[in-house]
Amino acid sequence: MRIVFKTSYDSDIDLHEHWRRRAKYAVLVGIMALLPFLVGEYYLAEAANTLIWALAGMGLMIAVGHTGQVSLGHAAFLAIGAYTDAALMNVGVPFWIAFPAAGLMAGVFGAIIAIPAVRMSGIYLAIATLAVFVIVEELVIMLEPITGGVGGIMAPSITAFGISFDRYGALGNFYWLILAVVVLVTWGYANLMRSPTGRSFLAVRDSEVSARALGINVTRTKALAFGLSSGVTGLAGALMGHYIGFFNYELFSIFISINLLLVVTIGGLGFIQGAFLGAILITGMPQVIAILRDSLNANFGINIGAVPGLDTMLFSVILILFIIFEPTGLYGRWLKIRTWFEIFPLARRDMFRRHKTYLKTERMK
Amino acid sequence: MEVIQLIIGGLANGCIYGLVALGFVMIYKSSEGVNFAQGDMMMLGAFIALGLGNADELGLPFWLAVPLAIAIMFGVGWGVERVVVRKLFGQPQFALVILTIALGFVFRFVAGSIWGYSPLVLETPFAGRNLGGGGLVISLADLVAIVVTLVLTLVLWLFFARTKVGLAAQAASQNQMAAYIVGVPVMRINSLTWGLAGAVATVAGVLYATRGAIDPNIGLLGIKAFAAAVIGGLGSLPGALIGGLIIGVVEPLAGRYIPGELSKMSPYIIMLVVLVTRPGGLFAQMHAKKV
Amino acid sequence: MSLLDVENLAIHFGGVKAVDGVSFSVDPGEVFAIIGPNGAGKSTIFNLISRIYEPTHGTIRFDGQDITGFKAHDIARLGIARTFQNIELFDHSTVLDNLLMGRHTHRATNFVQDILFLPKVRREERAHRERVEEVIEFLELEAYRKKRIEGLPYGVRKVVEIGRALAIGPKLILLDEPASGLSVEETQDVAYWIEDMRRDMGLTVLMVEHDMSLVTQVSDRVLAVANGRPLAMGTAAEVQADPGVQAAYLGTGAAA
Repeated sequence: MRIVFKTSYDSDIDLHEHWRRRAKYAVLVGIMALLPFLVGEYYLAEAANTLIWALAGMGLMIAVGHTGQVSLGHAAFLAIGAYTDAALMNVGVPFWIAFPAAGLMAGVFGAIIAIPAVRMSGIYLAIATLAVFVIVEELVIMLEPITGGVGGIMAPSITAFGISFDRYGALGNFYWLILAVVVLVTWGYANLMRSPTGRSFLAVRDSEVSARALGINVTRTKALAFGLSSGVTGLAGALMGHYIGFFNYELFSIFISINLLLVVTIGGLGFIQGAFLGAILITGMPQVIAILRDSLNANFGINIGAVPGLDTMLFSVILILFIIFEPTGLYGRWLKIRTWFEIFPLARRDMFRRHKTYLKTERMK
Repeated sequence: MEVIQLIIGGLANGCIYGLVALGFVMIYKSSEGVNFAQGDMMMLGAFIALGLGNADELGLPFWLAVPLAIAIMFGVGWGVERVVVRKLFGQPQFALVILTIALGFVFRFVAGSIWGYSPLVLETPFAGRNLGGGGLVISLADLVAIVVTLVLTLVLWLFFARTKVGLAAQAASQNQMAAYIVGVPVMRINSLTWGLAGAVATVAGVLYATRGAIDPNIGLLGIKAFAAAVIGGLGSLPGALIGGLIIGVVEPLAGRYIPGELSKMSPYIIMLVVLVTRPGGLFAQMHAKKV
Repeated sequence: MSLLDVENLAIHFGGVKAVDGVSFSVDPGEVFAIIGPNGAGKSTIFNLISRIYEPTHGTIRFDGQDITGFKAHDIARLGIARTFQNIELFDHSTVLDNLLMGRHTHRATNFVQDILFLPKVRREERAHRERVEEVIEFLELEAYRKKRIEGLPYGVRKVVEIGRALAIGPKLILLDEPASGLSVEETQDVAYWIEDMRRDMGLTVLMVEHDMSLVTQVSDRVLAVANGRPLAMGTAAEVQADPGVQAAYLGTGAAA
């Protein structure tokens, strides 16, 4: 176990309390940046996809993991981001304006709908977001001149400052662009969580009455969190649009909302790292299933290729197992494993015992 | 006349939303959790009835197949609570939301694997029979849906408001720990409620199937039923039914008089309006948390 | 001039008059206790002052300002801090973070500056931390700084709640049953802290308490309430000697 000897308050304020951990993250980002030279086009595209999912997952994590606002409709913000970006670029707005505009549009929309919604408690908010999702979906179909309606819309190839970031023509550049966005957002997110704003999010999540008593405006804090959450998700949506190329409203189905929830829950609620682990799982899973399917077919002659919906089914089962056995998600599990090794052989079973909170009603006479 | 016709069809539809909403409310009443798989339980119930009753499947008589399907789904609901939901005791509400969404996917996969993804029709004694009079045509299936729903709502309301078990279930929802201490068998009551929710979902599913074809995705109707439950207030059984009826009636009327996409949004817009103006639903039971 | 003035305060929940015609004023630097049997409306008075409940009628004035129309989140900024009867801490955060959350009213940065973590944010964080360290030292919480609330014993949590209220840097602190559930030794600690808050920090303390030994030891004046109505006010000894108060506690019904 590493003992960090602290000599100033700055070591608590810094993002990483020890230089070795900082170095680890630097190496990780370095490897990610070198990826275009290390792997082929197929895996590079998959990595880009994973990063986009991680970005969207971070967006949802702000709301669900750090402010306790469950959203079942985050696909709506992906859609708003994607359509805003594509529609603006189609009328000639350059990417470096259209992209932030997409995030802004989704964020402002999220914050506006959050203001009435934050008066509602947990379950009701979840339902309201579901309704908003359905409404956005219908709006997309209605606003055909802008969104292409049922037919769909084309996300144009990105060119900025004379460099092409085309999804197919310059995949390496496109990947770096996504990586840069993800690294920036992650950095901002981590900053947020060590600052007063992030603390107010956690305060609102854990106890609204005491947050109020400390002078935190709960409504404004929740709306801000939801706005930031949908804004980041909107950015991911814009990138997703470029990644897919041509899309219609069906890309942003209710299943995408659910998958996003899966990303944050399985990854580990309340941890930024969780969004990444969850994204790796959700984008890697179909690959694993495909490999399994082929090997089953080749070695045992069992053909499971004909079973539709198997991916979703497996996701669901994994999700159920995680919620029951490891509610802190992959990252929580990793923290436990790391602690186990660090203090070996002193770890005891009940060190990681869960603290249960018993349900008390919100309905009071 | 046309309007009355639309309203009657809407009422029958609304009854089905209302029945699914009843399932939400029952589980909410006993454990203050929300079962997002309720719509998929309805779908599964309908398919089980179809599997038992249709001539090219097991071919049991309709009046035997339906009670049997209800019993099986009671078992499924009960089992889900025993095996999965119970493990979440002591975790935040949010865990149950995600868990039940996932369960819904599992149910959908099970139904899809057994019965396939193309629409199937349940063979019923009331298929295509109409009652006419005074220029109105009421299909027997609509009438059955309305009558069955009213009776079932009444029975469930009596159960929760009048019987010892029902009252115990309500006590359990308000403070699990306190209910446990005064001797309410919280766990057993939760299992029972889930079983009942499964049974009610099956009734809803069969009624749905008497009025049209079914496929594994009809569970998505749960979202509308959800809106119904919220409009009525998640804690109120009659509220759920009324919420269902409101949505059921508004839908065809909006479809008739408002342009297409806008009419599809109508249930959700009503729900949002209710949520914003009365955050606890029309029959609210919400009060601020005490400190 | 008094710091807190409560005049003819009342709140009715349906037909129940939880608080009915309560008036009192708290002077600067005073320790003022409200006592009464269970359900007398003591915590309700706190909830009215901290603006969680809307009074049916009556006014609350703080520092000469009418705060009856203020929102719950505007109260801390004026310098009123409070603790809760059933501990309302942020369970998944550390003791340090809980105390830092108490500094919210003093934040000088907005969320954009926070996201970019400008040098100003770091400067502010250091300043907040220094203030919080003073509280940690005062309440002897050094050993728990980096511990999460959910694993802490009850007694420590109660102290952290007091600490979080102190971190606001208030003029008036409302303590809702600070000694409930504490051992005799822990209660004695609370008594010393209340003394120190008044003497060293110049705080005014308004508390609700059942433990008469604590009330007698620290409070200057005591208000006894029953069934939402005031019974007696004076020093602890005077109030205890009041026949109406004795009747309310013993339940002879003579008080009504």
